[in-house]
This record gives sequence, structure tokens and C-alpha cells, in this order.
Amino acid sequence: MTELVSTTPGLYPLPDRAKDELADLKGHQKGDLVPTDDPEVTDAYDRARREVVDRQQEAGLDRVVEGQLRWDDMLAHPLAVHDNVDTRGIVRYFDNNNFYREPVVTGELTPGGDIAAELDAATELVDEGLQAVLPGPYTLADLATDDHYGDEAALLEGVTEFLAAEAGAFPEVETLFLLEPSLLESPPGDSADERASDAIDAVASAVDADVVAHTYWESREGAGGLAEKVYAHLLDADLDAVGFDFVNGHNETVYNVNEYGCTGDVALGVTDGQNTLVESPSKIRERVDYVLENTPGADFERVYVTANTGLFYLPVGKFGRKLDALAAVEQEVTA
Amino acid sequence: MTDREQFRPENHPNDHFLLTTVVGSYKKPKWVDRARELWEEPDSGFDDDNWQEAADDAARLITGEHERAGLDVVVDGEMRRTEMVEYFAHRIDGYEFPGRVKVWGHNTFDKPAVVDDVAYDEPWLVDEFEFTDSVAERPVKVPITGPYTIARFSFNEHYDDYEEYAYALADLVNTEIENLVDAGARYIQIDEPALAMTPDDHAVVGECLERIVDDISVGGANGGSSDASDGVSEEVRVGLHVCYGDYSRIYPEVNDYPIDEFDVELFNDDYQQIDVFADPEFEPDLALGVVDAHHAEVESVEQIKQNILEGFKVVPPEKLTISPDCGLKLLPREAAYGKMENMVRAAREIERELDAGEIDVGLAAPSAD
Repeated sequence: MTELVSTTPGLYPLPDRAKDELADLKGHQKGDLVPTDDPEVTDAYDRARREVVDRQQEAGLDRVVEGQLRWDDMLAHPLAVHDNVDTRGIVRYFDNNNFYREPVVTGELTPGGDIAAELDAATELVDEGLQAVLPGPYTLADLATDDHYGDEAALLEGVTEFLAAEAGAFPEVETLFLLEPSLLESPPGDSADERASDAIDAVASAVDADVVAHTYWESREGAGGLAEKVYAHLLDADLDAVGFDFVNGHNETVYNVNEYGCTGDVALGVTDGQNTLVESPSKIRERVDYVLENTPGADFERVYVTANTGLFYLPVGKFGRKLDALAAVEQEVTA
Repeated sequence: MTDREQFRPENHPNDHFLLTTVVGSYKKPKWVDRARELWEEPDSGFDDDNWQEAADDAARLITGEHERAGLDVVVDGEMRRTEMVEYFAHRIDGYEFPGRVKVWGHNTFDKPAVVDDVAYDEPWLVDEFEFTDSVAERPVKVPITGPYTIARFSFNEHYDDYEEYAYALADLVNTEIENLVDAGARYIQIDEPALAMTPDDHAVVGECLERIVDDISVGGANGGSSDASDGVSEEVRVGLHVCYGDYSRIYPEVNDYPIDEFDVELFNDDYQQIDVFADPEFEPDLALGVVDAHHAEVESVEQIKQNILEGFKVVPPEKLTISPDCGLKLLPREAAYGKMENMVRAAREIERELDAGEIDVGLAAPSAD
């Protein structure tokens, strides 16, 4: 009997009041996004965090995330706030109409504890089921520009050690989602695919929690899903689950799972984190069942039922309804 | 008269004519933002007439600023518009506005969601054009957000796919351009920044453009659409602006688009991509970005002249339009003005040098002229 666990990949929209408050406190320009110890800003984030934790608990999600509301630069955040990283011009965030500040690594990526501090704050609000979220090492290195390590492999190694140290400083969490859209968006080539897998393994091994490497969006090369070699290498990492985007790609993923097998657990991105159309719990359940029925090559103990992407793309009203629908999926009876 | 010569000013000093213009948006004076806030506050007492007057003043001011800088074709700086998708969605049936979403940092926009068939309701830009045209002494260009970008930059709760959605919008853009042409507009620029985001959809944008130019003609007579290579009558100039992308992924397909001009941002990365357009032969006119839209330092006339020469690697002088990389709305006004002024000076100097046969670069070399 497969256990369904409802969750999300984090990266939430700021509540509307916090949007205004923080824009007023911090400003609208590139330079205004630097980290600040201003108590008013900290206080605004604390209140916003409480709001999104409450909202997840109200919905009844099995895993609760901190919300990543401070991540102005989305997945590039852990670098953007680092002392040895310069943030430069605004660049497009993948194929989205969103932008982040280009992080240029200018020195060694020493452990900082920024994400652990966020989770510490969240532990006061969450009794059980706290889920951490980090950019995967391959994606974070992909978003960075290197002005220190010298080559791609050395940069990846530096980013991996940095993320492993971050993860090692986490308070107790139930689950860690490592977000790896770059495995699809700019897939690693020969030998880089193996390095990517090793890097993910190193970060996964740094925490005592269930680890999900979540992949999403469509690959430009190939059929749309993860490239077969990339996927095959990914399975070598010590992961509890791989996550797939079933909003953007179906057949290739099903093929990969049947052809190469999968981890013991799996995460299925079955609601669209980028569109306001709210899928009903029965629709979500249908998508989950579709995957389970079409992957005879795997026998999953647990399915994380999740949105495909982070949810900051959505206005807060629709965001809340997406959480409600995900949390309600367990009550849906299989057809 | 070709569609381009109609924009040559009567007192133009040189035989050669490098048409100078801007992409469209321009920094709003602070008082315009304040006036809009008041207008949107229910209890402010600042009514529709007040807002209309403020918007007219702003449009007059910026149109005049463009003329003082010496541009051959001007825009009102899009003073009445909010955001490039939101503004249009408010005027089209079929949309809801579920709330604000992040673009970057703490900058958000009221992203529309399409929840029903889109339909033409009220004119989008005809009033804007008529006012600007009435206060301008130079010809006026009308920038309009393209259907593919409206589709891609909004939530889709209704259509089966983006293609179907974009085509439905393209038919509405066609109606709007017909209305603009009836009102006297002769220079339309379709803005499709979303094509840079998803360049694999160049065929979808191509089909949108075919629908947009279908039967557009002055006075509704002899619509040029029967000729697939040029869907619009000679008197109406249609440009396409695409910025911040990998152009090699949409070229040479652009050559098949039914457009008179392709407007690109190339100064931003120092013309590294100019060679993309050199082979095969570039078919539409090239509107070349020669000043940076996101850096406040004003480029010198000499620097801009060098940038203009880059254009001759792709087109001869009679097919080159001179423009900034993108809209200037994020620059301080003094910087934006300085850039436009130097841009025009540089263009006039290059024209003089062309007249004198002194330029020996690419397709501007005397033997090729």
C-alpha cells in the first residue's frame, strides 16, 4: 500500500501585506536586496513566515516548509547573501518572466548558516513534519558565475561543500527537498552528469532526513523529460526519492522509470505551481494514479504529492487554494 | 514613396536617412505616478477628468522631449500605460486579476488570468495615438504588446494551449491595428519579448504576425495580405521588437515574418550577436539598438557612431533604423534624454559621412551602395 504524503517544493509568495511592507522597507532596486539586520525587516519576515506556516497547517499538508520568503533571488538566494559573492545585473530566471541578480563567486564559499537560521525560526512554529528546501548543487552552480574556483568542476565542488555544510547545520527536519531544475534546463553532458550525481549525493548525505531530489520543467534537448543518462546517474546518488514534473512531461518520465527503475519513494509534481487554474483533489489523485498504474517497473512505498515548482508565481489567494487541494488528495479514493 | 521615406523630415539635412526613433517606454515623471495613486484611491476626490488631464500633460511633455532630442519618429513614452501586459488585459474581455505576483526582488505586477474566450471590447490605444498625434510635430510610432507575449505573461485557465490562446489574441491585435490605421497611425511596433524566453515558438509568433497584418491597409482598400511576403500596404510600417535573448534561435526564421522592420537589442552584449544576422541575407529593415537601456551612463557620440557601423554588417544604410536597445523607462530622465540626443547626433554625422562616401564598412561601402 503506497503512502501518500502531501507537500510542496517551497518558495512561496509573500503575503500581500508583506509585499508592500517589505517593498517600502527595502526598496525596489538591485542594491536594496542585500541582507539586512534591520529589526523592522526581520519582524516583517517573522510575521510573514508565521502566516504561511499557519496556512499550510490549516490546509493540512503532511510536510510544512518555512516558505523561503526571504529568497529574493529565488534558488540563487544562498549565494546572493554570501559574503564572498557579488551580485551584479538582473538576469532571466530560466525560461521564466522572472529575474534574479547574477551571483558572481569571488572567494571561497565558506559555510554561512543562513538557511539553518530560517529553519530554526520555523521549528518554533512546527511540531512535526518540517521540511527543508535547498537548491540542488548542480542547479546552484549552474545559476552562479565563477570568478574564483577556476573551472566548472571546481565550482560545483565548492558549491557542494557549501550546501553540505548548510544542510549539516539544520535543526531536525523530516524531509529535505533539493530542487534541481537545471538537470532539465541545462543538462550536464558526459562526465558532468556523474559529477552532478556525486554532488547531490554529498549534500543528501549531510542530513539525517529523507531526501528528495526534485526535478522540474522541460528539457530543451531530447524529448522533454530528463535525459536518460542524467537520470541513470542520478539514481546512483543516495536518495530516498526523485521528484518529477508531471505537469510538463509525462511519457518520457514514465519511460525512464520503467527502463531504469526508481528510488523507493517518489515525488510527483502533479499541480501546476505556475498557473492559477486550481486542480481539484480528484484531478490530482487521477494524475497520481496515472503514474502508479503506468510504472510497473517501480513499486513505491511513499509518494510525495506536490506542486511541480515553487509557488511564488501565484497570487496568494490561488496559492492557498492549491495547498488546500494538495492536502485533500489523501481523502480521494482511487477510481 | 516607400513606407520608410514618409518619415524623412522635410528639412532633413542629408541625402542619406537613418531613421531615428525609440522603442517606446520612458521614465514617468514622479507627479504622474502620484496622480495615478490619487486616481486609484476611492476617497481622494481625484476623478477621471483629473487623471485624463494629468496623463495628457505627461504625454505632451514626453512627446516634446523626444522631439527636442531630434528623433524622426516619436512616442509618448507610454505615459498612460501601467505594465505591458496588464494594461491590455484590462481592455480585453475574458480576463480576471487574481492578485499581484513577483517579477524580481520586490517588484510585482497584477498578472491577469484568462478565464474565458478573449474578445475585443473597447479600443486599446486609439485615444493615446490620437492625442499624441495631435500634439506631435513629427510622425508618431505606436508600440503594442504582441499576442504571444500577452499569452505567455498571463495565467491561462481557459485555452487548451498557448498556441490557441495566442492566435485568439492575434485576431484582436489585428482589429486594434485596423482601428489605429483608420485613425491615421502609419508606424506600428509589435513588442514580443516573450519570444526571447521561448524561442522554439518562433513559428507560433510567425502565425500570430500573419493574423495581425491580415487585411491591414489604409482606407481598407487593396489589403496587401494577398501577398504573403508583405501583408501590409506600403503606407503602414510594421516593426517587431524582441529583446534579451539568443537570436540565433529565431534567425533566419525572422526573414519569413510579414514585417517591415526587426528591432533588436545588441549593444547590451557589445554586438557579439550581430553576425547571427549576416548570413543568410537579412530581409526586413534592421532597427539597431545603439545605446544601453539599463545603464545610466550616457554613451558618447563617437561611441554611438561606432555602434551604428555595426549595423552595416547586416543591412545597407537605406534599411537601417537607429534606436536604443529597449524601452528607456528604467533610466533617470536626464540620462534617457542625453542618450537620445547623442544618438540623433551620431546618426546625422554618419549620414554626412555616407553622403561624402567616407564610410567603407560592410554594406555601406560605396561600391555596394
